[in-house]
Amino acid sequence: MNRRGRLWLLPVSVLAALVLGLLPLPAMVQGLRPYWLALVVAYWVIEEPERAGLGLAFAAGLLADLTFGALLGEQALRLVIMAFILQRFRTQLRFFPLPQQALSIGGLLLNDRVVAAALHLVLGLPQYPWLYWIAPLVGMALWVPLFLGFDALRQVRRPR
Amino acid sequence: MSSFASPAAQRPGDVAGTLRLLAFLAMSVVLIVLDHRGGWLDRARSTASVAVQPLWQLAGLPSRLGQTVREDAVTRSLLADDNRRLRNELLVMGARQARLQVEAEENARLRGLLGAATRHGLDVQLAPILDVDLDPSRQRLLLNAGSNDGVRQGQSVIDAGGLVGQIIAVTPGTATVLLLTDLDHAVPVSISRTGVRLVAYGIGRSDRLEVRNIPVSSDVKAGDVVVTSGLGGRFPPGFPVGTLVDLRPDDSHAFLIGELEPSAQLDRGRDVLLLREGRPPAAAGVVAAGSVDATAAGAGEGVHAPEAGAADTAPAAPREDAVPARPSGPDDARRVQAPASTPAPAAETRR
Repeated sequence: MNRRGRLWLLPVSVLAALVLGLLPLPAMVQGLRPYWLALVVAYWVIEEPERAGLGLAFAAGLLADLTFGALLGEQALRLVIMAFILQRFRTQLRFFPLPQQALSIGGLLLNDRVVAAALHLVLGLPQYPWLYWIAPLVGMALWVPLFLGFDALRQVRRPR
Repeated sequence: MSSFASPAAQRPGDVAGTLRLLAFLAMSVVLIVLDHRGGWLDRARSTASVAVQPLWQLAGLPSRLGQTVREDAVTRSLLADDNRRLRNELLVMGARQARLQVEAEENARLRGLLGAATRHGLDVQLAPILDVDLDPSRQRLLLNAGSNDGVRQGQSVIDAGGLVGQIIAVTPGTATVLLLTDLDHAVPVSISRTGVRLVAYGIGRSDRLEVRNIPVSSDVKAGDVVVTSGLGGRFPPGFPVGTLVDLRPDDSHAFLIGELEPSAQLDRGRDVLLLREGRPPAAAGVVAAGSVDATAAGAGEGVHAPEAGAADTAPAAPREDAVPARPSGPDDARRVQAPASTPAPAAETRR
């Protein structure tokens, strides 16, 4: 795998994910907005474990909390949990065919929604609208193009 | 996925990994608790918000560009239509203003006779909403104006319909508005028809507010307009908050819970007005040329321009446009009796 250069891609992708999360959507489809940041963090945790781990997930989550005006630490917690699960199953995930990988990511995103809902329940905050439970499906559908796009940007060649 | 996991593969890195997980989880939980209870992180948060300000600006860019393109692309006839419509509205508004001016003067005279305290003028600043989506479970707005534009924490935010919320955080270029409908928000209100004083709480839904603990015996019915009572001192009196749409008994059956429909438009993509109450008398003289001076006569008419119709011709500073805040109805929101004898339910923000 080619790890030379392309150091800018990680911070840029995180920032891009944050901006994508902020972009105004019509109220009807707001719930369908995929959790871009989770997808990006998942990619880096799977592909570059030396550079991306729980620390990255935590930092990106904190930044996202600041950006979205959410409870400080909420997304940090969610992303750290997701990154930890990804790290545990990284060896398997890397050799999954892409569709199966997407399915696993979908499961992780759903798990993330459960964590968020539980957190809001414990803290007595209002729950997300029900439409937000569909967002993991969108995220799942976006995984394959995102993964291939990142690979192309990093000029990784792999037999698939 | 878990079926692929080799169950007993205890690598040496695993323990360290778990410890790291626990450390990060603990840090997150501490942050969440600190931020949720007591809001001790407010200072750190507002400092750090300055860093993410460019992101907000960047994310707001597409819709601003879209607006510019639309404005450039509209045809002449559309512009003419717009112009005609605005001219008509201006005429109507001007007439209404003139009448309100007379009433305000009369009110001021009557107040003088009663020896009641005169109200200070209201200074209004126009601020565009930055078109970005924040956390959907919290009711916030971002304004594209910050401390560089004179925005202060605690200012009331209104639009043409009524009260929108208040400023809770300011960075040099942006400001965060806590909407009326946020779970953390409460505003002292009164029913404009009867003067019954209540508190309206946000419940985290953008289209509803709740008024709790209404005595069963009180004269309150669906359709009543609810305005700010001014008690507690945070919000000036007389701005429409919402309309009662539903009343139901609470769990104890001793009180009623009312549901309010907010009168302001609480979505994004528009401009809002920031109120600056001329608190020190000296400040009243410094009111800028285009700002709106008002002796809020009792309530509803709230803000009125010195000369009706002067708003469009004034080449004022861009952010100080004199836009008269129109009450939702001409007359309905004008009788607020606020004999401040009972202590105010003064809880603007519950935390």
